[in-house]
Amino acid sequence: MIAASVICWRAAASIAWAVLLLPPSTAIFVILSKFSVLHPIQTISECFSMLTSATAIFSFILLCGVIIMVGFLNFEYYTVIPTIACSKIALFGQLLHPRQLVNSLVHCIMGMIVAWCSAVTIGFRYETLGHPCAQTDGYHQMCLNEYHLILLLGGAFVGFSHSLLGVIHNMNYVSFHTVQQYKYLRFKGCLPLVVKCSATQALYSVRNFIVVYYFLGYIPRTWICKTLNLHLGSSAHPLDSIAGLLDLSLLYHLWISATFLLFTWYITLLLFRIFLTEGYSFPVQSSFTEDADHCLPKVLTEKQPMILKFLALQDLALLSQHSPLRRCEVFSLSQPGGHPHNWNAISKECLSLLADLTQRLVAYHDTVATNGRAKSLSSGSERKTSSETSGTLISQKWLSMSANSPFTPDLDSPFMSPALRRLAAPVEQGSPWYGTVQSPHIMRRVPKLWSTSTDSQVNGSSPPSPASVPSDKQEPSKPSFLAQFLQNRREQVLKPCLKLPEASSQALFADSQAHIWALEGLSYLVQASFSEDQFGVVQTTLPSILSCMLVLQEAVDRHFKLPHASSKPVRSTSSMGDSTYKTLRFALRATLKTAIYRITTTFGDHLNAVQLSAEHRKRLQQFLEYKE
Amino acid sequence: MCSLALFPPPLPYGQTTVCESNNELLSGSSTEDQLNLSFPRESLKLHSRTENSSKAAFLDHSETLWMRSAAAWRDGGLTGLLNEITNSHPEVPKWLSMSSGCILALLQWVSSFHGSLFPHLTLSSEDMIAEFSQVSDCVVRAFAWHPHTDKFAVALLDDSIKIYNPKSATTPTLKHRLQRNVAVVQWKPLCASALAVGCQNCLLVWHVDPCSLSTRYVNSGHVQKIEFSSLKKCQKNSLSFTFNAVLNFLVWDVAAESCVPLQRVGGGGVTFLSWSPDGSHVLASTPSALFRVWETRMWTCERWPCIKGRCQSGCWSPDGSRLLFTVQDEAVIYSLTFTNTPGTSKGPHAAVVVADLSETTFSTPDGDIIVGGEIQSLAWDPRGERLAVLLKGDPRAADRSPIIAVFKTRVSPIFELLPCGFVQGEPGAEPRLMQFHPNFRHGALLTVCWSSGRITHVPFYFLSASIPRLGLSGSPTLPHVQERPADFANQSLFTEFIS
Repeated sequence: MIAASVICWRAAASIAWAVLLLPPSTAIFVILSKFSVLHPIQTISECFSMLTSATAIFSFILLCGVIIMVGFLNFEYYTVIPTIACSKIALFGQLLHPRQLVNSLVHCIMGMIVAWCSAVTIGFRYETLGHPCAQTDGYHQMCLNEYHLILLLGGAFVGFSHSLLGVIHNMNYVSFHTVQQYKYLRFKGCLPLVVKCSATQALYSVRNFIVVYYFLGYIPRTWICKTLNLHLGSSAHPLDSIAGLLDLSLLYHLWISATFLLFTWYITLLLFRIFLTEGYSFPVQSSFTEDADHCLPKVLTEKQPMILKFLALQDLALLSQHSPLRRCEVFSLSQPGGHPHNWNAISKECLSLLADLTQRLVAYHDTVATNGRAKSLSSGSERKTSSETSGTLISQKWLSMSANSPFTPDLDSPFMSPALRRLAAPVEQGSPWYGTVQSPHIMRRVPKLWSTSTDSQVNGSSPPSPASVPSDKQEPSKPSFLAQFLQNRREQVLKPCLKLPEASSQALFADSQAHIWALEGLSYLVQASFSEDQFGVVQTTLPSILSCMLVLQEAVDRHFKLPHASSKPVRSTSSMGDSTYKTLRFALRATLKTAIYRITTTFGDHLNAVQLSAEHRKRLQQFLEYKE
Repeated sequence: MCSLALFPPPLPYGQTTVCESNNELLSGSSTEDQLNLSFPRESLKLHSRTENSSKAAFLDHSETLWMRSAAAWRDGGLTGLLNEITNSHPEVPKWLSMSSGCILALLQWVSSFHGSLFPHLTLSSEDMIAEFSQVSDCVVRAFAWHPHTDKFAVALLDDSIKIYNPKSATTPTLKHRLQRNVAVVQWKPLCASALAVGCQNCLLVWHVDPCSLSTRYVNSGHVQKIEFSSLKKCQKNSLSFTFNAVLNFLVWDVAAESCVPLQRVGGGGVTFLSWSPDGSHVLASTPSALFRVWETRMWTCERWPCIKGRCQSGCWSPDGSRLLFTVQDEAVIYSLTFTNTPGTSKGPHAAVVVADLSETTFSTPDGDIIVGGEIQSLAWDPRGERLAVLLKGDPRAADRSPIIAVFKTRVSPIFELLPCGFVQGEPGAEPRLMQFHPNFRHGALLTVCWSSGRITHVPFYFLSASIPRLGLSGSPTLPHVQERPADFANQSLFTEFIS
């Protein structure tokens, strides 16, 4: 598939650029590591001779290999939907996942390789692992050069902590920017941040490393000595003492090589993100049937790889906003036949995305309402390995629990208002809201349709309509009260120390970037249809679009009334980890409101002619009067 | 080219402009209207002290050097610390005070070098707001109509903001500890409640629930705060946001609280910012003789160096294709055209002068009145039919007070500027701020804030020549009903061909 190979080409291009950027950053590192204030000329000549020597070229080739490896790991581990751990145990589980262990090990080794390269580059006392030393009894033997060892161990430690922090800060999460910029300008804008991040992160890592080495440094030292049959030099201080570690030159070299390591890796990551998230323009329709697979409507409905779906949605949002010509293609009719296939496919996919989010929110809210607290929702991660299946299992179990929980209000209960009961009654086929998404009160009654974030809308099916599913009154196998009670007790014990507040809310909106684009794309297309849609193809779907958005609006409003949902997370700006996902729910709320307002402002009083339920009409009237 | 000589003479002393009807400006004595507001200066409780700290109220108390150094570090940073060490020489060793004095001198020398590059950076933030914001001494500091409804927000000199809505009896008052020296207020488009307030040190985004009955919001939870710790020295400029707010090279996504810095060399900050109505372009002027026009799809910019001074004000035509702007110390209006296909076409190569507003003497029964000169701000009504120009006047000369000149304009098929008249207020009142109502049904409605603290509305009744944008009727184009007055028919007016 051509569209999928685009991703590979982009990854390859980003790695190539990272390799191309390696010589200047290495040169800067060499100059900084060898710089001495007293002999500036000598420094420069030394640097030149260093850069042209054979060892330098060999270590440079090694560095290139490391960069390619890092780029490959980035490509292998990246995700567009962050994996959010809802409790500390889950986070711990993520850290101990075999896949993650492999990642840490590889990073450890690569850190050591980079550290060896920088040790060779710095030269001076760091150059070799062993050095000849004279013992008291006269004959020469090889002693351990602890400076070399500490640099190597430092590199390994920094590589390891880099991979750990990558999990904690979700560094493999690739976020899309709201502001489109050219690649060069984006890179230029991010470069100072990368320098700052790598310098500070190197500082923290070196500090931690020194503490670790102070206490545990003798273990690797004696081990190395034993295996390589080296002797401990008796002349200098051992480096795991305070006097040995308070060597400013050593600390500087540790820090500068850690900074170099992190800088090259961060640059690779940054380039990867920039290349991957660049907008891609899919053709809206093609005159050849063999090209139909990479047209926008088709790619939108594809599930894997997720990045392609995201790129397609981004493209939809951009084309709806900026390019009248491509909008025209969306509104066009098929030849022959005269069916608006493009618009139907696009709107159906967007609506099913939004309906899916609505159902997720309603189900979540119901769990909270029935149990008094939210259960941890394992967000659908986009990993390509087996983790997906387990996540799905958990959430489906969770779903069935939520749907079948004994405290769900029964429709037949006398406390149900008659209006609600009427709403919940199955809709007859001919009614105007057949095929549209219904209010959350009704959706609650349809447990079967709910699924997890990623594997829902698998088949691009139509938005779930309650009319098509008979409401089953006898729900099978309600969990006993005892089991419920036991689980509650267990949670009460574990909750205070393990729960991460608001993480479940973040997990709920983890893939909301897709919903934001769907909302933007739909609302801009509807706005443009007011003047550009010649055949009126949008009008037929306008009722379902409006009701879908209004239902979602209601669900989002209800969600934000929960505790922790509306508290703003602390943003850390000095980290390479992207924390965009923490505020996605606020962005979604704002986009949703703006999208509804965009439609109401464009159509104004004409919306009164659109067939909507009374509840939705009332809600829409609020928007028409600017009272939301 | 259109010039002031073609204008009808200003009104005689004591008369105010009421409205435009039947193609002429009607005058009369001032009428009391429900929406005409007045904020006399005496009614406001102003801050008696301007400085932030209450240091002056306390007696000097001798502390140890360490305590004083720590306090100096906290208050004044490195400079403060060095100053403290230098000044307390009996207590510290001589070499320390000497060296800190030297470093201080060096720092000052470097900062003076920096200041000579960007002179505005040496101003304090209050001075900077006074220098670059549109209003200086008026009781009303900022004014903004809601883009879709009939409500507006007024920022007053006592750092409070009031929101007026003719349909509701409540007028919410917004106050916040950080809301000082409000330079600009702006509503978020396609939203009922969000109001962005540019203050001295931060940008506040209020969420004022239109259905709520509460009238006072003090330091409440309805506010979202965006602070610029590193940007304190930057001018808090006019900003607006479609869903982003652009401020000094930063594009803010307000909901997600994330920002993207857009950096370009040169200029040094942003003093004035104006979005085109269709959101495709942004004008950003800098304190130096340079302004930029960003297109908002890929966020690339065009540099426009001016010859004389910085860009003072600018406004966009309704379709975003034409930018009118003025330059400091010049009495002309320039025009730039843009095409809406981004990326492919480069914009125009030079700006065209479309109107000359240099000084013109009108002889009236009360004596000669000189009108014209430097331009303070521009406002274009949302249909592109009336252009209001606020002329700065000369504060030293009594007969050259600020005045608003109004042009009739036409955007398509060719750009045209025709004189309409002057808008004048009560005697002694000078116009400070003006803004057109975003969706006035019967023409255009100009809201003017006067130096006396009054806010008046001047309606211009006319039939629109073009189909209103986003209009609902879809009716065929009305014929152009405005006839040129006979006096002007034979004079050369600005059209694109003549210039």
